[in-house]
Amino acid sequence: MSRKVVLIEDERNIIEAIGFLLSREGWEVKSHSNGVDAVDAVRRHRPALVILDVMLPGKSGFDVLREIRDDAEIGALPVLMLTARGQERDRALAEAAGVSRFMTKPFSNAEMLEAVAELAGA
Amino acid sequence: MSGFRIRERRTALGMRQVELARRAGISASYLNLIEHGRRRIAGATLLRIARALEIEPAGLAEGADSALAESLLDAAANASEPVETERAEEFAARFPGWARRLLELSGQTAHLEGMVKSLSERMEHDPKLAETLHEVLSGVTAVRTATSILVDTESLEPRWRDRFCRNLDEDSRRLADSAAALARRIERLPELGGDASEPHEALHAFFEERGFCFPELEPGKDGGPGRIRTMVRRSDALKSAAARRLAAAALAQCAEDARRMPLKRLRPALRAHGPDPEAVAAELGVDLPQAFRRLAALPEEIAGASLGLAICDESGAILVRKPAQGFAMPKSAAPCALWPLFGMLRRPGEAARMRLRQGEAVVTAFVACQEVVPAGFGMASVIRPHMLIAPQAEDHMGLPVAEVGVHCRICPIERCPLRREPPVR
Repeated sequence: MSRKVVLIEDERNIIEAIGFLLSREGWEVKSHSNGVDAVDAVRRHRPALVILDVMLPGKSGFDVLREIRDDAEIGALPVLMLTARGQERDRALAEAAGVSRFMTKPFSNAEMLEAVAELAGA
Repeated sequence: MSGFRIRERRTALGMRQVELARRAGISASYLNLIEHGRRRIAGATLLRIARALEIEPAGLAEGADSALAESLLDAAANASEPVETERAEEFAARFPGWARRLLELSGQTAHLEGMVKSLSERMEHDPKLAETLHEVLSGVTAVRTATSILVDTESLEPRWRDRFCRNLDEDSRRLADSAAALARRIERLPELGGDASEPHEALHAFFEERGFCFPELEPGKDGGPGRIRTMVRRSDALKSAAARRLAAAALAQCAEDARRMPLKRLRPALRAHGPDPEAVAAELGVDLPQAFRRLAALPEEIAGASLGLAICDESGAILVRKPAQGFAMPKSAAPCALWPLFGMLRRPGEAARMRLRQGEAVVTAFVACQEVVPAGFGMASVIRPHMLIAPQAEDHMGLPVAEVGVHCRICPIERCPLRREPPVR
């Protein structure tokens, strides 16, 4: 199985920190910082898991997730959604769009690593 | 409180329940009910029990701790775990200090829950507030993540250590700025709540209190003027005579709508067409505004969806407002002027439907005007634009979508030609 993770997040320092943590666990991290062509990045890299922020420039994480789910080739990938918007309505939107796991910011490093391991079956 | 005190005194005297009941001239089972607070006593029975227990009646009479026990029962009503409600009186009598402390904490919890709910609602309707909070939480995440890496990682390479220290410095400053911006926004953003002393606000509070549904006004359930007067009199929200008059008129209209569109005819129409006001109006032979009002006054499980309603007068003042899922309505009397409801004032003879995007949610709006004909000569007719809000159905996907807001102060739509005041930054 691929040991690749695509991280779609626009906060540079969060990308750096998550990238560092996952690399130490043996993951190859490909980051992407906008929603517009995020789905192309996922198609290109074929990761074992997608980590997706909700508020992205150009296109919301919910729309990106819907496009991933509608794509026959990458539609079954596990998607871990990271968001600062923990309201019930956002959770419902994410579930309706087909999220695999919804994690509310601020999360701990251990929580994030545990979710990645569980979702990617590592 | 007599029950607990009677039991306490009786056991102190070593007297059996049967014996006390005999001396007081009541049955043992009745005494049992009294002792467990299920029957209240006063008068002759209280005097006889007091005499049998060799105590002054005042020593058994209900006192301030009765109110305490009542309050404890109220607080227990929403408990997530079962509570020994039958022992509330005993608890209040034996541990009044603890009982008061418990009530104090329960009150504080309710207050905090109310604040959380109110802030969540504000965030839902105010994209700028949600964005600022998002920045704060992202900042906290960045700081927490970098700090954990610096603290938890053994033998962190110097280049990584320096990089995360630099990130931490950057993120801490950014967090301080965004937290200050959030505090400013929360402090500066006025409550968009209306004044409950205004008759229309009181009417709205009454509708909210009743969940906008009045099953007692359904045909065959004695929804006549007497019932309406009772409903109005019993409401805590309707304090002024003007508010009570408005409510009585609104309820009379609900009763009339229910009479014209009884459930036994409405249910099959809803099963056949869903909450489509045009189909429902055609099938029941009513006009569109009547169908809007009737559908919006149905419980969600009957209507099949969360339906909202707004009605305004010719000045644009909102007379009725019922928000729907995905479509917020401000509590003040100045909603977004882009709502198609107000367009009806220019085109009263038309009816229209369209999709509305408010924030991220899209709903379908149906608009039509009701003409109120004068009751006498020399008076002009008036119009009442109505707008029904429904979830967008599949056959609505081809309808045009218009972007609308809730209220200017929290509206993110830039260059809006109808903006009345700048958004709070």
